[in-house]
Amino acid sequence: MSPSTNQITNQSTSQSSNSSAVLFQFSDQRLQYERRTLFDNLSLSIAKGERVALIGESGAGKSTLLKALREQRPDQVAWCPQQPGLVPILSTFHNIYMGALSSHSLAYNLVNLIKPLPGALSIVEPIAKQLGLEQHLFSSTDKLSGGQQQRTSIGRALIQQRPIFLGDEPVANVDEYQGQALLQLICQGHDTVVLALHDIAQALSICTRIIGLQNGAIVIDAPSDQLQASDLAGLYGAS
Amino acid sequence: MPLSAPNKTSSPAPQSAASAINTSAGALRTISFWFAICALLCLLLVDIDISTTDPWAEMGLMTAGALSPLVWSWPTLLSSLANTFAFALQGVTVAAIVGFALALGYRFTLVRAFCAFIRSIHELFWALLFIQVAGLSSLTGLLAIAIPYAGTLAKIYGELFEEVDPAPSNNLPRGESRPLSEFFYSVLPLAWHSMATYTSYRFECAIRSSAILGFVGLPTLGFHLETALSDGHYSQAAAFFYALLLMIGTLRLWLHKGLLPIYLVAVFYYLPPQATISWQLLVRFVTEDIVPAPLRGQALLSGETINNVAQWINLLWQQQIWPGLLNTVLLGQISLVFTGLLALALLPLNSSLFIQRRWKRGIGDSVLILLRTLPETLLAFIGLLILGPSMLPAILALGIHNGAIIGHLLGRYTEELNLRADASRGVTLYFYEVLPRIYRQFLAFLFYRWEVILRETAILGILGIATLGFYIDSAFETFRFDVALLLILVSAALNISVDQFARYLRQRLQLKTVPESL
Repeated sequence: MSPSTNQITNQSTSQSSNSSAVLFQFSDQRLQYERRTLFDNLSLSIAKGERVALIGESGAGKSTLLKALREQRPDQVAWCPQQPGLVPILSTFHNIYMGALSSHSLAYNLVNLIKPLPGALSIVEPIAKQLGLEQHLFSSTDKLSGGQQQRTSIGRALIQQRPIFLGDEPVANVDEYQGQALLQLICQGHDTVVLALHDIAQALSICTRIIGLQNGAIVIDAPSDQLQASDLAGLYGAS
Repeated sequence: MPLSAPNKTSSPAPQSAASAINTSAGALRTISFWFAICALLCLLLVDIDISTTDPWAEMGLMTAGALSPLVWSWPTLLSSLANTFAFALQGVTVAAIVGFALALGYRFTLVRAFCAFIRSIHELFWALLFIQVAGLSSLTGLLAIAIPYAGTLAKIYGELFEEVDPAPSNNLPRGESRPLSEFFYSVLPLAWHSMATYTSYRFECAIRSSAILGFVGLPTLGFHLETALSDGHYSQAAAFFYALLLMIGTLRLWLHKGLLPIYLVAVFYYLPPQATISWQLLVRFVTEDIVPAPLRGQALLSGETINNVAQWINLLWQQQIWPGLLNTVLLGQISLVFTGLLALALLPLNSSLFIQRRWKRGIGDSVLILLRTLPETLLAFIGLLILGPSMLPAILALGIHNGAIIGHLLGRYTEELNLRADASRGVTLYFYEVLPRIYRQFLAFLFYRWEVILRETAILGILGIATLGFYIDSAFETFRFDVALLLILVSAALNISVDQFARYLRQRLQLKTVPESL
């Protein structure tokens, strides 16, 4: 009980919006990754409308936590994993459209695979434009740069039009300026956003709440306007 | 009118040249499209009718036979099993040794061409040739398998040596060079595992080849199978059939590395390769029988001889070579595409992406393994009995056997795919995620199989389908060995050309160039 009280108080202060419906909830939970326990007793809750950044060294448990979050609300989550998992020989159009497969019939999907259909194009094109991919819409993704592939992966998340965005380093492969714009785009399209980020300045400027992870424990959990970059520096290389 | 673009984009036409369609899938799609079109056109040209009046009745009889296997003579069954095993093991052993030696010189074009030549002639054609001089002897069986397999193994070993990580041999001290020692230290150990895996796979193929040698008279399982099937003794045929399946199916259980020397001694003791060769006959065969008829005993360069040879070839071309070639190519093309389609349809049987339950997948994969265990020639023969003489049984046989092989491999390949956690399921997963990712691999497998399919297409002629093998078999039966040899050379040339073309396509489409286990 005691570790969770700390968080709840923190969370109530971090809550800048008026909505307080809880979307994700862990209390004293154990999380494992490939049979290795990463979190012994995790207690955490995330409410609707929050923009959360997960900060920590690699191996601290960010990806494991994101996966656990996704399992709690699989139907509401737009998922953007660290490895874009694109199908290399298919076009950017198809790779973005893949996020919308479940909202169309099988026959429609198969015809669209052979010849892009106007209806599908009218959904994908605006997203590609927002992401600066309109020039590459019909290039296969194996011909794209790492940054363009990552934007395609974000496109696949955006097309799902889900309320929650979970992203594991979604802008790691693009430059700082573009990264900022992409993160803003993501925040515009989703009520609730949880991002694993390594860029502290980005996290502070985009997110409303920062969760610092170290060795499978939450060591910082505070609203971003109460934190300085120096407060978070200790998460890296301290141990 | 507002300047902004209309909401509905009515056509996928891109606004600028930069977003023209430029996908890697495009090239693969184009090539697949043309292959399929070719196959459809071929299908219009060949006879695929069912000519038996009641195929179901024949199938019923066969099923009844399959359900009541009958061993009419255990000694016959066991000795034909032992012969089948002996020819296969002896053949592959000799082939591995010769193939290894050839592979050492694989960088020389001449060696490569020699290997391509000896493997382009089917083991049954080699058998038919050797039977003329060495009779239905154990030597004939051994050589018929060893020669083409040596060519295949040389190619595989040679390519494996080239593919080995070059770092270890680059790191050896420079100076006085000992190429062979360096090879044994820095190349062979790295390639050893793949060589062993591939050779053991080839051994399974050799058992099939050995069994099929019975179709031309050698005392293996195929001999009794063919006899029993032709006579309609389906219960007896079933016993030989199950014996073959059992032997191949249980290979892993009893063919251990450690026991190999014992088996080797046993097979050479049981069936020592020997033949009573009449030297007179051999000399006659080489200097007379296989020399084109118009050349025999003639002055080589006289105008009349040249004229006669030209006429001889012209007549052969019109009556045998051209129709044989055409039918072989047509049937090969149809079978290739059918193989591809079957492989793509069957691969989910061996993939955990589509069949999650382990035991269900086990059943699925067993079906594939069973189908690939059946030799094409045997399948085609059974098909001919049921459906009557046409191209249809051959297409089915080649497609089922090869489709199961590729389907099995592709299914296993899908296990290595890294899919996202939010990937779709079922048919959509297959077409959007799996098929595009495995398509290169699929084409690579299929193009490797192309040469094999064509070799088999030619050989199915001995069952009466009018491919090159049909004319070759007839020439042997009428003792026109000169014609037989010429036709064999034509079929070799065809196989080599197709192999080269497939190689060119693989390079052009940037497919993997080294086979895994084909």
